Amino acid sequence: MNDMRIVERKVDANEVKISARTCQVYYGDTHAIKDVDVDIQDKTVTAFIGPSGCGKSTFLRCLNRMNDTIDICRVEGDIHLDGEDIYDPKVDPVQLRAKVGMVFQKPNPFPKSIYDNIAYGPRIHGLAKTKADLDEIVEKSLRRGAIWDEVKDRLHAPGTGLSGGQQQRLCIARAIATEPEVLLMDEPCSALDPIATAQVEELIDELRARYSVVIVTHSMQQAARVSQKTAFFHLGNLVEFGETGQIFTNPQDPRTESYITGRIG
Amino acid sequence: MPVLWIVLIVLTLGGVGFVIGRMRAMASADGDPRHLHSLPNYYGTHVFLAVTVPSMLLLVMWLLVQPLVINSQVSSLIPQEAVSEGSSLGLMMADVRRVADGLDTAVAAGAMTSEEASQIRTEFTDIRERLGAVGVALGSDVRPEVLKAAQRYRELSGRYGLIMAVVIIGIALAGMAFAWSRSHAEFRARNVVESAIKSLLILASSIAILTTVGIVLSLIFNTIEFFKLYPAANFFFEPTWLPSFGGGTDSDGNPLSKLGILPLLWGTLYISVIALLVAVPIGLFAAIYLSEYAGPATRAFAKPMIEVLAGIPTIVYGLFALLTVGPLLVDVFGAGGLLNVSWMQGGTAVMTAGLVMGIMLIPFVSSLSDDIINAVPQAMRDGSLGLGATKSETIKQVVLPAALPGIVGAILLAASRAIGETMIVVLGAGAAARLSMNPFDAMTTVTAKIVSQLTGDADFASPEALVAFALGMTLFLVTLGLNIFALYIVRKYREQYE
Repeated sequence: MNDMRIVERKVDANEVKISARTCQVYYGDTHAIKDVDVDIQDKTVTAFIGPSGCGKSTFLRCLNRMNDTIDICRVEGDIHLDGEDIYDPKVDPVQLRAKVGMVFQKPNPFPKSIYDNIAYGPRIHGLAKTKADLDEIVEKSLRRGAIWDEVKDRLHAPGTGLSGGQQQRLCIARAIATEPEVLLMDEPCSALDPIATAQVEELIDELRARYSVVIVTHSMQQAARVSQKTAFFHLGNLVEFGETGQIFTNPQDPRTESYITGRIG
Repeated sequence: MPVLWIVLIVLTLGGVGFVIGRMRAMASADGDPRHLHSLPNYYGTHVFLAVTVPSMLLLVMWLLVQPLVINSQVSSLIPQEAVSEGSSLGLMMADVRRVADGLDTAVAAGAMTSEEASQIRTEFTDIRERLGAVGVALGSDVRPEVLKAAQRYRELSGRYGLIMAVVIIGIALAGMAFAWSRSHAEFRARNVVESAIKSLLILASSIAILTTVGIVLSLIFNTIEFFKLYPAANFFFEPTWLPSFGGGTDSDGNPLSKLGILPLLWGTLYISVIALLVAVPIGLFAAIYLSEYAGPATRAFAKPMIEVLAGIPTIVYGLFALLTVGPLLVDVFGAGGLLNVSWMQGGTAVMTAGLVMGIMLIPFVSSLSDDIINAVPQAMRDGSLGLGATKSETIKQVVLPAALPGIVGAILLAASRAIGETMIVVLGAGAAARLSMNPFDAMTTVTAKIVSQLTGDADFASPEALVAFALGMTLFLVTLGLNIFALYIVRKYREQYE
């Protein structure tokens, strides 16, 4: 079986959604991210790959300022979303996070009903005027999350009662419900079995039509399957960034080649 | 031989047993501990346990039974007619024991030889004076029967003491010999020691359970006794609490005292509700600040400071209520006070006790809630923040609902404390039992009345004293119900949230 097959990919748009320039991240005295420059395009799946501890998750969390919740973390450099500096003091991180949604490594549904899990974001952002609006948003999000058919008869059952794969799709649907422009996914399949992983990957490919998706993954096969652009991180440096096909077939940097052929990592 | 010496000897034998048991096991394995079934120390411990446990159990039983046996043998020496008017055999026996102890002291002090102590006669010696000289005060002159009984008492207890020492040390030695003979390489010493430890744990938990059962039984029997003397319907439904000091009944045979629990229960609930109204919001908000907003330095300082409140004795809170809070409230709500209303007559009131009790309960609510809020997984907060929720939205809609069962548990625990609290009520709320809606009236609670009913000099068999047990039983059932309810809430929601 050749999982590393590269399908010819069509990049739908070439607008840059997020651009980072000379981005540095420090945890206390540790320099975790060094001089990262990257452009993330709209309506594209961008994969971040690299060995454990290389900083790919840290960098992902910079993109919606989730690192602000960690006291000892410090971010320097410029990160622009649609040309606007997201670390500008004028920017409210709460509003930023509504535009840049996030899905976490471990499914983390709230201890609420499935319906309330999805309705959480729309409610706090006031996206629905009436109950009917909210119902519609919930149904639409669950459909886009490819989980509607499984849960439509038990919307008021607790979200924590679903299986791991269903929980993760619920979390993706929850992130979609706030109508974000960018969706960040931090190893969304690492806690899932292969079947659930396939469902989530299929979902990510569908999401590409509307959102810019950034996915951190440990699995190179997954990066090859779902992404159009791939960034390879190593020891806090962005080693190589380019078309997924080019990274996997014709890497320019010897470190990238070593990693994808399994010599480091 | 004094008991302390016996204990020390047995423990010494146990220590020796440990060493020789370990040595024998090692010898049987040719000095290589890998050939033993268990680690060498298990063999030693096995011998130690075999020496100490049976002999100590026997010692305890012997010490419980010996006085009973001696008493029955000695009391036959006191003729029925010698028991004077207004006295009883029990009182005479107490005299006998006191004289016997006095003789022991005299011998120990060197004022008498032991020969003398067992031979002297009241006819020739003034015992009272001679014992008085060594500091043993006797209430009256010693009568010949009593002295004779006391001498017999000494003789018997000396003899039994000796027998006891011999038997117990014999048992210890036998245990040592038996366990020592079993200490060889194949013997499963570890399993034996482990099961001995298990028995110890079972013993500890059964002591706790049996004590509870004992307390409940004593409450139940005295409560039944009370309801034989006083109609239950009156106790539960009469709206007046007015014990008459003399007790007794009127011409129709109804008791003169009115012992209705309603005013007391009302006072208890009223004060507890006020206390919880103070403690729950303050405690919960403090917990939210400490766990979600405070930095590590603030937290490290503030949390212990709040917990200091829990360490203040309740009598000190009572003084605070009586001397500070009460007068302060009178200045505001009393006649001629700041508000120019005269709702409050004196410093002792439901409000005074409730406020102070609320302060006392703050650490219970805050400390437990803080732990529970911290136990909510960070993934929940990240999930909410990642959707663009603010910190307070996250706390309100995700963290608190997830922590709710634990918080309810903390509140109900605080409620149990409030219902059972006594000292603050005695000093802060007064002693008047009344059914009133005014929170500035003096009222009293079940616990405070239990104290006052039992500390008077009422006859212990009268309904006025026995009512304390019925009150205690009611209180126990109320707090038990609250605790069961708390467990139910916690269980019900826990399934949903994990």
